[in-house]
Amino acid sequence: MKGMSVIVKKVAQLLSGLIFMYGVYIITHGHLTPGGGFAGGALLAGSMILLVLAFGSDVMGLKKRETGSSIIENSAILVFILFATIAMLVGTRVFFHNFLPGGTLGELISAGVIPLYNIFVGMEVGAALFTIFLALVIYKEEVLK
Amino acid sequence: MEAILTIILIFMILGAIYSLHARDLLSALISMGIVGYGLVICFLLLKAPDLAIVQILVETITLVIMVSVVLDSTRHELKEKASIVHDGQSFINSRYVGNIFIGVLIALVLLYTYHFAIENLTPFGEHLMRMSGPYLEDPAATTGSANMVTGVVFDYRGYDTLGEATILVTAVVGVLTVLRIQGRK
Repeated sequence: MKGMSVIVKKVAQLLSGLIFMYGVYIITHGHLTPGGGFAGGALLAGSMILLVLAFGSDVMGLKKRETGSSIIENSAILVFILFATIAMLVGTRVFFHNFLPGGTLGELISAGVIPLYNIFVGMEVGAALFTIFLALVIYKEEVLK
Repeated sequence: MEAILTIILIFMILGAIYSLHARDLLSALISMGIVGYGLVICFLLLKAPDLAIVQILVETITLVIMVSVVLDSTRHELKEKASIVHDGQSFINSRYVGNIFIGVLIALVLLYTYHFAIENLTPFGEHLMRMSGPYLEDPAATTGSANMVTGVVFDYRGYDTLGEATILVTAVVGVLTVLRIQGRK
């Protein structure tokens, strides 16, 4: 896949960082403002897909076994389940129990485990969407060869 | 209930194994569809219709995208004829008949279990309001989250969120499994 014109490349360069930061903001403020792991993860994946589309996949030098994003995805979901399981060992011993102290309402660090769940779900969603995209791109390149 | 769940799980495992070993990419995709839609029936049997809706959406969208990618690129078809001509006489191809028979059998079992799962749900329009009362009492105080939706999604309904994350993982595993067939040859 070839890249697009200089204008598209420059605009994608300028925008993708902003989109990525916005995704991180949506994920980390998931327990305070609308949004959360799922929406923010889609934004993270979108910023990276924008870069790949603008610059073309030739620049990245993709190999057949590009496993980084799928490793991030699987380990994020494992950590998510791990947090839910830790709740069974601590306190009231309920799956998905919020075992960390709540803190004051409206602070960035509050609500116990919910921000951590948000962060790992965000990582999982972003990496999953990007993995599907990369798998399709790599498959296309292999077929075209 | 458990027997039907076991049958569906066995079908899902068979579909996954077949999609690994299929020579034709399109049939691998369709047998991945058995896994996805089997998961829909599992969610319905476990009384999670909202997850079933999400699973139908994700499965259909990934299938459509992958089929469009696969059909757009090269693919070779397995040609199976209905009758074999041998010594001037024509015989019915038993493989052909067997394939059709297996296909119809799987479709009937999926339809029956889907019907069974739907029958077991609460009737349309009558929803269980037992759980939504505590959600509305004081979610900010009990969960500590200022955003009420996140409080419900990650605290009260954590299982649901885990299921939604699992749907994405299965979709990615399906895409990677099917698209790796071409590279493995």
